[in-house]
Amino acid sequence: MKESASQTTADHSHDEPSAADPAETTPEADEERTKPAGPTPVTDGSTSVVRALENAGVQHAFGVQGGAIMPIYDALWDSDIEHITMAHEQGASHAADAYGVVAGTPGVALATSGPGATNLVTGIADANMDSDALLSLTGQVPSHMVGSDAFQETDTTGVTMPITKHNYFANSADTIGDTVGEAFALAESGRPGPTLVDLPKDVSFEETDVEPGEPTVPQNAEPPTTADAASIMAAARAIERAEKPLLLFGGGVIKANACETARAFARDLEIPVVTTMPGIGSFPEDDELCLSWAGMHGTGYANMAITHTDCLIGVGTRFDDRLTGGIDTFAPEAEVVHIDIDPAEISKNIHADYPCIGDAELVLNQLTAEIDHAPDAREWREQCQTWKTEYPMDYPVDEDAPLRPEFIVEAFDEATDDNTIVTTGVGQHQMWAAQYWTYTEPRTWVSSHGLGTMGYGLPAAIGARFAADDDQDVVCFDGDGSFLMTLQELSVAVREDLDITVAILNNEYVGMVRQWQDAFFDGRHMASEYNWMPEFDKMAQAFGAQGWRVDNYDEVAPAVEEALAYDGPSVIDFHIDPEANVYPMVASGAPNGQFALSEEQL
Amino acid sequence: MTQNEQGLQGPPPEERPHPDGRRNSQGIRIDPAVEAEPRTRTALVSALVEHEPGVLARVSGLFSRRQFNIESLTVGPTTVEGNARITLVVEETEPGIDQVKKQLGKLKPVLSVGELGDRAIRSELVLLKVNGDEPDKVHAVTQMYDGETLDAGPRTITVQLTGTHDSIEDAIDAFRQFGIIEIARTGPTALARGDTPTTPGEKPAAEATLGVPATDGGDTAESTVADETQAETTN
Repeated sequence: MKESASQTTADHSHDEPSAADPAETTPEADEERTKPAGPTPVTDGSTSVVRALENAGVQHAFGVQGGAIMPIYDALWDSDIEHITMAHEQGASHAADAYGVVAGTPGVALATSGPGATNLVTGIADANMDSDALLSLTGQVPSHMVGSDAFQETDTTGVTMPITKHNYFANSADTIGDTVGEAFALAESGRPGPTLVDLPKDVSFEETDVEPGEPTVPQNAEPPTTADAASIMAAARAIERAEKPLLLFGGGVIKANACETARAFARDLEIPVVTTMPGIGSFPEDDELCLSWAGMHGTGYANMAITHTDCLIGVGTRFDDRLTGGIDTFAPEAEVVHIDIDPAEISKNIHADYPCIGDAELVLNQLTAEIDHAPDAREWREQCQTWKTEYPMDYPVDEDAPLRPEFIVEAFDEATDDNTIVTTGVGQHQMWAAQYWTYTEPRTWVSSHGLGTMGYGLPAAIGARFAADDDQDVVCFDGDGSFLMTLQELSVAVREDLDITVAILNNEYVGMVRQWQDAFFDGRHMASEYNWMPEFDKMAQAFGAQGWRVDNYDEVAPAVEEALAYDGPSVIDFHIDPEANVYPMVASGAPNGQFALSEEQL
Repeated sequence: MTQNEQGLQGPPPEERPHPDGRRNSQGIRIDPAVEAEPRTRTALVSALVEHEPGVLARVSGLFSRRQFNIESLTVGPTTVEGNARITLVVEETEPGIDQVKKQLGKLKPVLSVGELGDRAIRSELVLLKVNGDEPDKVHAVTQMYDGETLDAGPRTITVQLTGTHDSIEDAIDAFRQFGIIEIARTGPTALARGDTPTTPGEKPAAEATLGVPATDGGDTAESTVADETQAETTN
């Protein structure tokens, strides 16, 4: 070992929530003096916006102040809604996104016009890819200046059009509140997604006494509920006659709050379950029927099962390319039953032989009522168990070799309760966190799947912390490169004294790129060496958080324990084996069943 | 310091069984022996939309970002105030056409989407500016194709032709002999034939069913009530 453990401890006197800090207490005291009991009275556009948020039950909002959004912020002064100022708007959109994932109700992000709005964009795109309910409110230059290239003007509705479910340009104070309410309702209805309301400053200032109503979904946007009876009958017959049935639970199962129904469905019919990555937590990974998640870095047994099934029942999944591998070889023998609330996902990537359009819970109940007998699949279940033993996720630990990332993930899993929330950035660390943590509950896995946004982990942990119960731990696994992208949000965690633990799996590489360079680019490490990282433990202390650095196996357990016990933000910089790779791996477009177990097999 | 063992245990890829089945690029299971390139066809799609700012950008943006092949798009008002009809010609595979319709239906301002079959009434318009050296001959060809002369100047003649795609193609061919200087052409716009609504569930505005042209906002409250009654009985 080139370095001994340099476990460092921050000066405690700085870290305790200091009631004596005038900067923190003065606004709070003011707030208490001026805050009226009950909802915000509507006097103008901005109070109407805040009132609409209150009507929607919004309790937290994440954002950054700025010129064009100032009237809205001023109206928030009088509201019970807790606003969390983030360091950067991208942090606000990720925090709000993760808040929504954990809380099951749309997160709210605020930003000003121009750069404020464009900084939100990555988080909105992320929410769009993962179907996360997110409401963004952006300031805009006054209406009469729109189109004149005014200071901090960006065509925000234009920029966000392709990455929102729908967006709105508010044009009247009388309707602005209902527009915000509609955007909130639309974000969470049917297949959830991000919505945005652009708020020109003059409309925010414009006087009105029109009270906004409850959040209401627009009439022609009401989602389907139950599937038609003929589809259910056909799907039920297909399931009954299957010899190798397999359930594929996607993120939609969690979003539909259908986990209990889905679990009962699998157990009653004794059908093995694989999940997608966003579906992690929908079915307990310690259940014998569970084969964990399939796809590019999914388990060998999940990928074997999905390759050999003769009846694949996909629920709330969009058959993303990271799940399917090559379309030509995806579940090639399977009749596909596809349950989804979004008709446009049916047969988009994989042809659905039995489409069932509707809400996951209602459709599963319909199927349960229609199915006469469980499929005869004892041999298939045994086969799935055989694959579990044939392709174990086990790894040897050599105490004299550099730290294995898998070991760190398992150490945290062991040290925390089942309801602990895990957030991640994007890259190798994300895959290890998904592979080596045993998830048993929905809304405990919070990650950036479809967009693959490095830097998601820390702001997501902040958002998740506000949505989580007090007895839930929040652990963020991050990579060194990923953490560096949004680490300024640590200042927010310190300011708010948030009990979150960041575990950096630091390999001094942008590791997934390095892994691909080794496999597919002759090992030419172009721009992937990250041996220029700061000392994250010390940096954490400079922010006012606790920091540790860990290089050896015997330091892992004590550091994990201390960091989890610390009541505030803590960061452990784990220096892991820089050569560690993520396996299994299905190469892009390759057959899932041909997953590689080592680089030579790619 | 020693090296970590890399990789996982288990049978390597070549030792694993793999099913023979295959899917085509649309994700449909096929017999690999008879796999053929999926054929495209031209579809005429009508979308009833809320005529709000940005709706055209939403529709065209959708086609662009999802790489749907669009040949033409026309847009105009309907009998219902605040609604517009967008008529699209798309060239896609069968699943691609389905996807176009479903993705269009997801846009919030889109009220209804329907595909128009071969029996639909369709028409497009072209303006042709040709050399004016032989006005008599130009006039003759224009008449032959039921066109109309809109402008006859000393050097150019501009004619208007309407009709199906093919008849307009034929006409343009016929005009080439004079030398075509400029062309402006709309795509087809279309309605379903007879009683069938052009998009599913589509209903006319109340006053439209009276069979008389709507007056310019001069209707009284009484006549509005009458209109609604009429609309209900008609539908």
